[in-house]
Amino acid sequence: SNDAENTAAHHRNTLQFNTYSHRKQLFSVCVTLSEATEEVSLDSPERQPILSDGPSPVITPVTPVMISSRADVFDRSPDQDEDEEENRDTFDIQISVSDPEKVGDGMNAYMVYKVLTKTSLSIFSRDEVCVKRRFSDFLGLHSKLASKYMHMGYIVPPAPEKSIVGMTKVKVGKEDLSSVEFVEKRRSALERYLLRTVKHPALLKDPDVLQFLESSELPRAVSTQALSGAGILRMVNKAADAVNKMTIKMNESDAWFEEKQQQFENLDVQLRKLHASVESLVCHRKELSVNTASFAKSAAMLGNSEDHTALSRALSQLAEVEEKIDQLHQDQACADFYLISELLGDYVRLITAVKGVFDQRMKTWAKCQDAQVMLQRKREAEAKLQHANKPDKLQQAKDEIREWEGKVQQGERDFEQISKNIRREVGRFEKDRVKDFRVVIIKYLESLVHTQQQMIKYWEAFLPEAKAIA
Amino acid sequence: IFLCVSPQQEGLDDGPDFLSEEDRGLRAVNVDLQTDATLQVDISDALSERDKVKFTVHTKSTLPNFKQNEFSVVRQHEEFIWLHDSFVENEEYAGYIIPPAPPRPDFDASREKLQKLGEGEGSMTKEEFTKMKQELEAEYLAIFKKTVAMHEVFLCRVAAHPVLRKDLNFHVFLEYNQDLSVRGKNKKEKLEDFFKNVVKSADGVLVAGVKDVDDFFEHEKTFLLEYHNRVKDSSAKSDRMIRSHKSAADDINRIASTLYTLGTQDSTDLCKFFLKVSELFEKTRKIEARVAADEDLKLADLLKYYLRESQAAKDLLYRRGRALVDYENANKALDKARAKNKDVLQAETTQQVCCQKFEKISESAKQELIDFKTRRVAAFRKNLVELAELELKHAKGNLQLLQSCLGVLKGDT
Repeated sequence: SNDAENTAAHHRNTLQFNTYSHRKQLFSVCVTLSEATEEVSLDSPERQPILSDGPSPVITPVTPVMISSRADVFDRSPDQDEDEEENRDTFDIQISVSDPEKVGDGMNAYMVYKVLTKTSLSIFSRDEVCVKRRFSDFLGLHSKLASKYMHMGYIVPPAPEKSIVGMTKVKVGKEDLSSVEFVEKRRSALERYLLRTVKHPALLKDPDVLQFLESSELPRAVSTQALSGAGILRMVNKAADAVNKMTIKMNESDAWFEEKQQQFENLDVQLRKLHASVESLVCHRKELSVNTASFAKSAAMLGNSEDHTALSRALSQLAEVEEKIDQLHQDQACADFYLISELLGDYVRLITAVKGVFDQRMKTWAKCQDAQVMLQRKREAEAKLQHANKPDKLQQAKDEIREWEGKVQQGERDFEQISKNIRREVGRFEKDRVKDFRVVIIKYLESLVHTQQQMIKYWEAFLPEAKAIA
Repeated sequence: IFLCVSPQQEGLDDGPDFLSEEDRGLRAVNVDLQTDATLQVDISDALSERDKVKFTVHTKSTLPNFKQNEFSVVRQHEEFIWLHDSFVENEEYAGYIIPPAPPRPDFDASREKLQKLGEGEGSMTKEEFTKMKQELEAEYLAIFKKTVAMHEVFLCRVAAHPVLRKDLNFHVFLEYNQDLSVRGKNKKEKLEDFFKNVVKSADGVLVAGVKDVDDFFEHEKTFLLEYHNRVKDSSAKSDRMIRSHKSAADDINRIASTLYTLGTQDSTDLCKFFLKVSELFEKTRKIEARVAADEDLKLADLLKYYLRESQAAKDLLYRRGRALVDYENANKALDKARAKNKDVLQAETTQQVCCQKFEKISESAKQELIDFKTRRVAAFRKNLVELAELELKHAKGNLQLLQSCLGVLKGDT
């Protein structure tokens, strides 16, 4: 399926990291480093800032607008369709993020990425579209999607994290290896973000997503600070706080939700632990690579000073083997990182989004409860007014009762809907999770196999040299 | 912590695949020695208690010098040092490469870790604690085996040397079953040592600067000075490389544990997947740890040993250099005496003594340095071959585990 191909394609890209060429550009270096900078800096005259939807969710769900003219297998509203198995087989869209290019100077500089979409889906206007986007555009997209869908219980894939330190180095024109690595890491993360977003059947059809992928000019996103990864976390925490402050605890009639929440909690703990261990492994493997290279040089020097000819040659050969092995360790560290570490990082962030969605459900329930409390009060007030002689107030009270009855009904509908959505979303999420982990771990094991095969080759070549010492 | 180990005890790893060759024939690790039936020395047992290691030195000999044909004594590290220093101080042995003293047993780091583990026992699960304890014990055991091997090699070198094996102190060391009471040199002696070393290094520079008429020794001097520095560098770099390797193996261990937990918790099909991968990593990280240990033994230890031996060879050259200087001074003194016609006989005697001393040292030094080269080449050959063979064995082991696991995982989908 194309899913696996996509994943494979972008992993192939990342495994070729070492041969990735970086176009050198000359920049004037900005001497002073200002305080915390954001991607979103000064307004440029030709772009009109458009405020993204506020983070506070609306009560009524927003249904995305259908723009396709032809009937298509994807032409379904997200409220229908429990089973989307067949969609997967006809899922035909490839996205790549590439060619990072620095625009501008000093602290106002930013990176622009090429986003290429290849698809046969009819909702797109062309088979192949290429646009240029900057990091804040991605954050802007995510903020819109989150505000539209999160309160409905949709798991919106989080955007990559902002990094002030990493970006500053790039801005001031440091052309060193860590800047190159940072840009590559971000490029890869942005690509994965888009792939995950379009994999979601509802998000794929969202007009903001389509605009992002197709439109040559995109309105600049402002206030992306609010809805960065950290921003989402803050929002989620606020919802969680609201839940904790509830006077009436939700009576969980559905054990499924309690069970799932606990499972995701456990998963979160273990994935974070695993992520930390893998990051440590990446670090130590890089260290091993450096130390092996250093030893190789030292062994070569030792070989040079050794006055027994055959031993001298063998030591030089040993130095060569170790040099090849250091490269092997370097490549393996890259695989460790791009395959496993980044996957784990992505999932830690995804699970935060999942937890957020559960909290949204709680919040919805709380609203429903509040409405019921309000209704009760209005009924009591009306009952009191029955015996007073104030016909206008009585009518008003009756009107308010009707209003709040409506709100209660809506609240109950919302709660039912979000519960239904979450069940479906979690099912989809888990399916994707299983697939992702399987594919990536198998790919990772294959990289380990390759490393060992190379090791065997190198040492097999060396053995006769060692035996030849006479 | 009490740890009683004999060098023949097998390693703690599972399966015959993971036993390393070091458990057999430790003696010949870094030196190519012919074992002579007339005098065989080995360390048959060792006991580690708190801050002392007690080595049981076992001797088998047909020589008439000893009261019995087979006997054992218990010795500590300081007594080995005493023996070594007695060789160094003996003028008769000036013309030989004195086998380098074994390094002091150093369990400090390992002991610290074990203590920390004990303190942190409350904060981890029983499984985690047991696992870490086992690993630390294995580490302790490895260091212990190494120190036994290094002390043994020293004794074997002495026993194999045609002249040193006859040394009286050596025989006392082997046979006298009481305490040699050499522990802790008194302050005066320590100060003397200090000054001796200072003078030596100053002299070393002086002597190294004088060009030798003898091509052989001139070449050896140049060679040894450079070689020693390069070996020092390689030794340090190999240590660092192996430490990183160990750290990476530790990380894989933690990853395996977490994957196991994930496997037991996961509600999807991934649970079996995680458990299988966890099992795989448990095995591969054992192999990685083994690789680091073997590299340590075959490469790092080899380099460390030749660092010490090349220093001992340099010391020999220094002693010869000193003898040469004395000889040249005696010549000059003789010329002066002859010119003044005063104390000529005395000057002649001194000159002859110096000449004989110098020539004696030169003769044996030449042979010693040739033997040193032979031993070095043989030791490097043996260890590099074994290193390559072990690397291959482990890589193939790893590969087989990975491929078989991949086969199962791919088949499951």
